[in-house]
Amino acid sequence: MSTATKELTKQEAFLTYLLRLADDRLILGQRNSEWCGHGPQLEEDLAIANISLDLIGHATALYEYAAEVEDEGHDEDHFAYFRDDREFTNLQLCELPKGDFGFTIARQFLFSAFSYFQYERLKEAQDEQFTGMVNKHLKEIKYHLRHSREWVLRLGDGTEESHNRIQESFDELWMYTDELFYMDEVDEWMIKEGLGVDSSEFKDEWKKLVEDTLTEATLTVPDWDQFMMSGSRKGIHTEHLGHMLAQMQFLRRSYPDAEWK
Amino acid sequence: MPTIQLHTEEQIWDFLKEVTDPEIPVLNIVEMGIARKVEVDEDGKVLVKITPTYSGCPAMNAIEKLVNEKLKERGVADFSVKLDFAETWTTDWMTDEAKVKLKDYGIAPPEKTEDEDDDFLKSLSNTKIVPCPYCDSFETELVSQFGSTACKSQYYCNECEQPFEHFKCI
Repeated sequence: MSTATKELTKQEAFLTYLLRLADDRLILGQRNSEWCGHGPQLEEDLAIANISLDLIGHATALYEYAAEVEDEGHDEDHFAYFRDDREFTNLQLCELPKGDFGFTIARQFLFSAFSYFQYERLKEAQDEQFTGMVNKHLKEIKYHLRHSREWVLRLGDGTEESHNRIQESFDELWMYTDELFYMDEVDEWMIKEGLGVDSSEFKDEWKKLVEDTLTEATLTVPDWDQFMMSGSRKGIHTEHLGHMLAQMQFLRRSYPDAEWK
Repeated sequence: MPTIQLHTEEQIWDFLKEVTDPEIPVLNIVEMGIARKVEVDEDGKVLVKITPTYSGCPAMNAIEKLVNEKLKERGVADFSVKLDFAETWTTDWMTDEAKVKLKDYGIAPPEKTEDEDDDFLKSLSNTKIVPCPYCDSFETELVSQFGSTACKSQYYCNECEQPFEHFKCI
């Protein structure tokens, strides 16, 4: 038995909650941005770059608010550039390498669908500043979901090649989906305070949207009952996150006081 | 003896109308609905609140800077510019004049937003017809939901064979 663990305060819980939301968006936004200049066609190059901008914008707003809640004089850059991989609490789903276009689309669809149901409920949070953000981000999440869903249908119900490749992507991504619905004492606090959502409430809706879309796309829904990854909300990551952070944080850490002029 | 010039809220609004959107230079930030609130307290301290259009809009920092520069240039001594996230920007805040200007500029203006929650997953190309800003034809098609900036999508007019942009409704 470990010695008594420190009691989690409401402030710590809210900070952690905001950071988890923000980390998902920063890491996925950064990952998607690797497509810039490499999209399969100009329109999709622009689309993925736009989605990246939205996600990083969401992360920025959430980090700014986290800094306010933390009240230690940090700013959004502190959270993005001066934390190590074990301090990041993003989903492993978000950090996986971009793969081919189908992989990026499949991942975006799974994530955007989850975000959509989550944010639809976060709208009711008892905090005006927070819901202001949520309402704004939700409008953009709908665009992301519609975009990625249309591409899942098109690739799944497309050529043999596109069908097989996006099927493989979903097969590969499946074991990272359970973590979307991970909850712990942080979530319990937030639900109690009317700030967070109980993700088990919309798990069936999310699954239905995913299953219906895959079926419409003539794809096979992988087995939900398989080995699932875990640990990301506690800072356990795949090897890929460290490499990404090294690249993303290098400049800022080398020149910590540099400013854009 | 130096005099401190005090400004009325109306004057501040006029100054703000001189600040144009860096991405869409025919529109100013008041008719875009980006400048939301002006308050002048009894000491003459001015507070301007601006709301971003899209969360990741790179023009936002530029707009904040431009507002700061404009107020300085106009001799407003004591002011602050705040980003306001509490209200959610919508294209419904854009004035009718702004929409006409957008069309003249070659960007199809946003229509009124609707409660589209039930069927937002349906393809935009099946649910919405955007007339061509050049020839007013309805024979247009959606090329991509995303365009050169976060706020625009790309269309093509089959009548006059011109690609054009549409200001997305949000």
